[in-house]
Amino acid sequence: MGDNLISVNNVSVNFDYQENFISKKQKIHAVNNINIKIKKGSFFGLVGESGSGKTTLGRAILGANKISSGNVIFHDDERDYDLTDMNKQDLKEYRKKAQLIFQDPYAALSPRMTVRDIIAEPLEVMKITNSRQETDERVRDIASKCRLNIEHLRRFPHAFSGGQRQRISIARALVSNPKFIVADESVAALDVSIQADILNLLKQLQTELNLTYLFISHDLSVVAHVCDVVAVMYLGHIVEMGPSRELFKNPKHSYTKALLSSIPSIDPEKRSEAIELKGEIPSALNPPPGCVFKTRCPNPGVDCKGGEIKMGLIEVEPGHWVDQCCAL
Amino acid sequence: MSHLLEVKNLDVKFDTDEGRITAVENISLSVDQGEVLGIVGESGSGKSVTAKSIMKLNPGNTSYNEDAEIILDNENVLQFTSKQDLKKIRGGKVSMIFQEPMASFAPAIKIGAQMVEQLLIHKNINKEEAKSISINMLKRVGIADAEKRFNQYAFELSGGMRQRAMIAMALSTMPKLLLADEPTTALDVTIQAQVINLIKDIIKEYQMGVIFITHDLGVIAQVADHVAVMYLGSVVEKGPVNEILKNPKHPYTKGLLQALPDINNLDAPLSPIPGNIPSPLDRPTGCVFRTRCPHHNPEGKDGKIEMKLIEVEPGHWVDQCGIKCGQNG
Repeated sequence: MGDNLISVNNVSVNFDYQENFISKKQKIHAVNNINIKIKKGSFFGLVGESGSGKTTLGRAILGANKISSGNVIFHDDERDYDLTDMNKQDLKEYRKKAQLIFQDPYAALSPRMTVRDIIAEPLEVMKITNSRQETDERVRDIASKCRLNIEHLRRFPHAFSGGQRQRISIARALVSNPKFIVADESVAALDVSIQADILNLLKQLQTELNLTYLFISHDLSVVAHVCDVVAVMYLGHIVEMGPSRELFKNPKHSYTKALLSSIPSIDPEKRSEAIELKGEIPSALNPPPGCVFKTRCPNPGVDCKGGEIKMGLIEVEPGHWVDQCCAL
Repeated sequence: MSHLLEVKNLDVKFDTDEGRITAVENISLSVDQGEVLGIVGESGSGKSVTAKSIMKLNPGNTSYNEDAEIILDNENVLQFTSKQDLKKIRGGKVSMIFQEPMASFAPAIKIGAQMVEQLLIHKNINKEEAKSISINMLKRVGIADAEKRFNQYAFELSGGMRQRAMIAMALSTMPKLLLADEPTTALDVTIQAQVINLIKDIIKEYQMGVIFITHDLGVIAQVADHVAVMYLGSVVEKGPVNEILKNPKHPYTKGLLQALPDINNLDAPLSPIPGNIPSPLDRPTGCVFRTRCPHHNPEGKDGKIEMKLIEVEPGHWVDQCGIKCGQNG
């Protein structure tokens, strides 16, 4: 498994759902039978619309959501961690090595803590450092790596702009020296120029600190720019996955094609070339049988309409996987 | 020909505990019938404040300058003080759609009831007529089962459908001017494409004027006829959409375009605009962009050049300091 950091094997996540106490218990199929391998040092992108299960998958990989079936393996240098079979001690170790950056830098930081305390908290909770001096040193070190002004560490979050706050959240995530970072829509709430700044910072930190990212986003142009591998999710399934340039240049799945064409073009002369998808993403309570995209597919074949084609990825080019319904 | 809406020399200031903040300074804009004016800019640039001034929706601590005019249909909106007059513009001649439709609908009142209520206020019709107008409007914006949705609450609708219902509600009084404040920002791209097409169809059909506020230049390219680029309360560049996006002159407009990830050009590096947007409490004198301008000219850097728009091509206006900087690189 040499160069993989994370292996996700046949992972499904279901949630129980009961409308009220007399109605029948149902299952929400949030994530279905996902297989991905995240290489060491890669910038792995996960795209899809709201409700497609991106965040649930990201949280499952961090051990923050219960995995219903399948397993996730974290390949550390000395040993492998199996997330579905971990004791408390292992989980503590894993938490140091895998961290999360959130979407909204306004909600993620406690308004009553100074920036120094916010960044130091993971060190104290995980008992990584032994003295206050050591803690301060590490806080200052990571803060300057994240291009925060060291002089400002005693201030409270309200004194900072959105971009600076996002840098504080990044510093907090990186202070325990993790190897794997899940960035969940981490630039979605930012203005374009600040977004570019944060993306550049993430890239720079990746080489500096040997990080591997799982980058969750709904913005395809951002993903295309920073990620080297991309998986497209729809209704809990991966419908297409591959090296990002290959995938964006040569999309195979109708959903990927529609997503790409929906990005508003910056050229005013290229208007409305969007392949318009009718309707909306179906409920995960009862997903359509067979291909989950068939209810909105612009050009469904006879077989997929009938739901006779099961979901499953096929490798069409080396490393480029497409759901068989559209690949055939 | 007189414009549908003309904003002249508008300043908007807020009195706060920390002092008087200039949110908008010396803005002049115009919108014609059937035309979409896009306003772009980062958060804090005064886009929404400008739009809200048109309906006089800014909070109580707001002051407008005396020589400012907002002429809508030959009447100066800023002179309106009576409830009767304000009612004419709020939801009558002007309607607004917001970014977050869940926050704009009352959660405990059925969508239909909210639509009927505003129609009864603005139109001289009875409840039955109002209901049929509302249902027709819901059908027009592409909501299936309009009769059923009419009797539902906002939380029962999905995000895209809620935004459609919001648009239906805004349009049902047949306003002359529609203010759309980031109407597609909270939506997924595929739904965003649907809503943009819907708004374009409706503008064509009803020939209303639209002010479309967004921070997304891609969306602007798709819907707008004219664009105004705002920075820290001032318009730094304005003109026809093609001109602004293909031939930008002001360093801020150029910076925005360079910071945008372009899916057709993946090798281009993302270049952020250096520095942070200054606090409106210490707004730079002279050119507002000078603290972050990468190509500043010496006089502009010292704040010696006043903000003033100059016409560089027919209809294409650029701030004079920006023209100088634009020539530097």
